[in-house]
Amino acid sequence: MATLSLSGIRKSFGQTEVLHGIELDVADGEMIVVVGASGCGKSTLLRIVAGLETPTSGTVRIDGRDVTKLEPADRDIAMVFQNYALYPHMSVFENMAYGLRIRGLPMVEIRKRVAEAAEMLEIGPLLERKPRQLSGGQRQRVAMGRAIVREPKLFLFDEPLSNLDAKLRVQMRAEIRRLQKRLGVTSLFVTHDQVEAMTLGDRLVVMHKGRAAQVASPMEVWGVPADTYVAGFIGSPAMNFLSATLVQGGGGAQLKAGPALPFADGPRPGEDGTKLVIGIRPEHVQHLPDGAGALPLAVDLVEPLGSETVIHGRLPGEEVLVARLPLAAGAIGEVLPVGLPPASWHVFSAEGARLPARATAPA
Amino acid sequence: MRMLMRDTTMEDIALARATARRQARSRWIAHALLALGVLIFAFPIWITVVGSTHDVSTIGRGEVPLWFGGEGVANYVSAWLRGGSSLRTTGAVPAWLMLWNSLNMAVLIAVGKIAISLLSAYAVVFFAFPGRMVCFWLIFITLMLPVEVRIIPTFEVMVNLGLINSMAGLVVPLVASATATLLFRQFFLTIPDEYVEAAKIDGAGPLRFFKDVVLPLSVTNIAALFVILFIYGWNQYLWPLLIVSDKDLETVVVGMTKMIGTGDQQNEWNIIMATAVLAMLPPVLVVILMQRWFVKGLTETEK
Repeated sequence: MATLSLSGIRKSFGQTEVLHGIELDVADGEMIVVVGASGCGKSTLLRIVAGLETPTSGTVRIDGRDVTKLEPADRDIAMVFQNYALYPHMSVFENMAYGLRIRGLPMVEIRKRVAEAAEMLEIGPLLERKPRQLSGGQRQRVAMGRAIVREPKLFLFDEPLSNLDAKLRVQMRAEIRRLQKRLGVTSLFVTHDQVEAMTLGDRLVVMHKGRAAQVASPMEVWGVPADTYVAGFIGSPAMNFLSATLVQGGGGAQLKAGPALPFADGPRPGEDGTKLVIGIRPEHVQHLPDGAGALPLAVDLVEPLGSETVIHGRLPGEEVLVARLPLAAGAIGEVLPVGLPPASWHVFSAEGARLPARATAPA
Repeated sequence: MRMLMRDTTMEDIALARATARRQARSRWIAHALLALGVLIFAFPIWITVVGSTHDVSTIGRGEVPLWFGGEGVANYVSAWLRGGSSLRTTGAVPAWLMLWNSLNMAVLIAVGKIAISLLSAYAVVFFAFPGRMVCFWLIFITLMLPVEVRIIPTFEVMVNLGLINSMAGLVVPLVASATATLLFRQFFLTIPDEYVEAAKIDGAGPLRFFKDVVLPLSVTNIAALFVILFIYGWNQYLWPLLIVSDKDLETVVVGMTKMIGTGDQQNEWNIIMATAVLAMLPPVLVVILMQRWFVKGLTETEK
């Protein structure tokens, strides 16, 4: 069990810099999920922690010790790979024992550790099988087992669930979480799947173009996204972004789609007329059948999900809006009266950064 | 919708019969063609096998017997222990010695080629070192220079090294193999990077990874290549002819042709044919014994 600390991690491949200075401190036993679209540098970051890549600059510390220059084997880490990387010619037992054998552990100890891990993962009966005789979920467990028997300071997961079918993924997700909590091993988990990220992580690192756009707990990332990228990345369907301008001396916004509404949480700094982006999650869009203060949404696609309906449409001014409404309403071509309650707004600058309310709100 | 049914008519039965006839005919034609092919390939071997069981004068008279004679045992015993002779050679070399030499040469060539090409392919694929691609292309280019093309300089080098008339001189120039290196390189490229990375995290060094992961994964490829290279080595003619004049190192393929004289003396065709049959056996055995692996190596991948 250990802490992990990254400071100023930069990485360039030739001329292209893929990581622009990552700072991260992971507490003992914490599960950090690094999430981002493909090409954001999240896998590179993980590989730098693993020691499979060397950073161009910056330091990696595990338990306070600078391991930047160390070989992967000397870092006391374990990694679960996307395609599991089980040696195909070795049995499950041999796969799990291989790292321990190289470290020269006595056979008795190896057997004990493998047996324990196998029991924990319920793969005891499979120990003599070859990886190709296993299902995807079983291979996943073996890959986890290989990591567990090492009793490492750090678990690294490189999109380990992306090769499983949807149902198994949900099951394994819960299992990984339970296991990580039980073993209390500090973990870094890389994924592109926002649901995985939200459900697994104690904290999330949302990566965007080689930078950590936000490092926060899942609910904070969802509730107070740091910029429009994070806001749009987390949540499904993605958050709506409406263009607006600042009015009422910073106290409200004039939507391009229609009315000027006051902010619910206080005024924003800036001159009237400054361009803004107002974000609102589809689940916060309201259906206002009585029509008071409603905006007309011209429906052009309806996706029923059973308990709710996702409605895609356009507001006046050709603003696209997606609403997730708890009813089986709306038909293509219909005009639906919807409300955009300011209490659910996320206010961003035109550049995309979050604009928090001024601390001293005028009475 | 209701399915339309009608009774089976005579026409239907005739149609079915015609189909069966056509299928039987095409099957028959295919088998006939196969049999013809076998005949064409097997006939010379048959002549040789049958010829090796007659006495020396039968074939000497110009007869080509199609059935076994009574001298089989005697011919094989004398081929094995004494060997055939002709004017060109000063004495006969027994078949057992020639076979032993050929076996040594073929095994050494095959094993040497596999060992060297495995290691060079491993270096080219898994290590990033300066001039890696240059090395690869240098190896690749030697494909254009088979033994026959570089035979004079090679001979010169062997003379200077004092390796004339030695097993080393016989084997060493044939051991480097661009083809096998290329084959292993292609195979190694299919080994996922994840294995390399997993091994790094497990703490396996390069040689350990080679021994524990790469070699076991390459077993079927190695077996397939061994068959091909063994036969390649066994069939070497020009190089052994050039480098070896010592009778104790005579290989069977060369020795056999040396048994055939220039016509001043009657050739011992029965002995020559017996030797030819003996020379055929080891490659056949290798193919039969390793066939299972061979086919597996060519068709299957363990991934």
